[in-house]
Amino acid sequence: MIEFDELEEIVFIIKKQYGYDFEGYSRASFLRRINRYMELSGLATTVHLKNELINNPENFNAFINEIVVNVSEFFRDPDFFKSLIANVFTYLASYPKINVWSAGCSYGEETYSLAILFKEMDLLQKSRIYATDISTNALDKSKKGIYSNKDFKEYSNNYFSCGGKESLNQYFVSDGQKSIINSEFKKDILFSRHNLVTDGVFKECQLVLCRNVLIYFDEELQNKVLKLFYDSLPVHGFLALGNKETLRFSEVQDKFKIIDSREKIYQKIK
Amino acid sequence: MKMIIIGGSAGSFNVILSILKELDADISMPIVIVLHRLKKAKAILEDCLQTQSHYIVKEVEDKEFAKAGYIYTAPSDYHVLLNENLSFSLDTSEEVNYSRPSIDVSFESFSCVLKENCCGILLSGANQDGAIGLKMIAENGGETIVQDGDEAEFATMPRAAIELYKKHTVYKLKDIVKKMNNYAK
Ligand SMILES: C[S@@+](CC[C@H](N)C(=O)[O-])C[C@H]1O[C@@H](n2cnc3c(N)ncnc32)[C@H](O)[C@@H]1O
Repeated sequence: MIEFDELEEIVFIIKKQYGYDFEGYSRASFLRRINRYMELSGLATTVHLKNELINNPENFNAFINEIVVNVSEFFRDPDFFKSLIANVFTYLASYPKINVWSAGCSYGEETYSLAILFKEMDLLQKSRIYATDISTNALDKSKKGIYSNKDFKEYSNNYFSCGGKESLNQYFVSDGQKSIINSEFKKDILFSRHNLVTDGVFKECQLVLCRNVLIYFDEELQNKVLKLFYDSLPVHGFLALGNKETLRFSEVQDKFKIIDSREKIYQKIK
Repeated sequence: MKMIIIGGSAGSFNVILSILKELDADISMPIVIVLHRLKKAKAILEDCLQTQSHYIVKEVEDKEFAKAGYIYTAPSDYHVLLNENLSFSLDTSEEVNYSRPSIDVSFESFSCVLKENCCGILLSGANQDGAIGLKMIAENGGETIVQDGDEAEFATMPRAAIELYKKHTVYKLKDIVKKMNNYAK
């Protein structure tokens, strides 16, 4: 087990050796993830962990994949998607071309959920969805778009609660064990690596979706990333955060209008 | 700062209501309640608890600082962690013991920060969540209390904690409240 006072050195080693900056990550969850990684990989003490980080760079990818939290689901928080459809989709429909940034896309569940709803509302053919994550493993899985069938019942319930019009199964090819998202969705989604801590704006997007990522950051880093989202949006563009994330403490707060305070949907007004 | 953290599952809701009703008016530390609840359940839990308490009952918000005079509840579908600066962090990582929020996750995280300055209380429940975390609180020098299995509506959870670590204090509801009132002074 590692303790809080040993984290600083670990953060330093990771930054120096690999260029990843975890300084602004929420310490409590970072500590927990490191302890989990140590347990899973049989590293008993902080000395073992340091040794691993310094001398076994080939394991660093596995380390990152464990440190970040990739837990997600299709149509997570149906009320959120319902609100997005009601409050944002009609607005987006008035654009000739729509760019969407799905930041912290994990294994693609959320991005594909949005794409499915876009398709049902006839927005998909004029959209380009940029899905990004820090984890290459997550991006690989996203690109493949293969999901275990075990949670599909819940996904399907979520889908209908969002106001889904068809049946969720029709968007997948299933073999009884797992389901693959139809390739039609893949051509409109571009998955690429982007680190919210160190990388900048890459495209103006009318909708930025970043849910359940900011909770892993401290207030200062949250602020910085919200500024990045602000810079990525045109005036009247929309920002959607996770249910427990908010603009309330951020510098850019008064540059946004609240569209749905419960579902954390905001519109840039200046 | 000291804190009290309560973990409960099936059969705990009424126990928590009674505890809140009996708490003295001058408790000088934050109280955090991690109660297993349905994923889609709306925030009526806080409203129910509020009717029984003169403290402010509120759901934990991410990066909010823990303050005395407040009773915090874990939101459904998020684990609650504590940072060194005594602000909370929410986390959507894997369920632990089929639970999110998980009592183990919070007990462990709070214990890492607070060491001897916390009191963990484990109430009725039909699973094993909380046992590992409560042991950690005890081993870090904190106080640990388990609801008496004979009184708890579901004894599995309190018994699992005792099974894992014999030295927890076992109390009935009325003594739990007394203990809390004393601890918080
Ligand atoms: C809990 S998942 C959220 C998934 C999805 N948005 C949802 O709400 O269900 C958090 C994601 O953020 C990603 N992430 C963490 N730090 C990041 C960073 N610095 N830049 C980009 N993505 C990051 C993780 O890899 C992970 O996939």
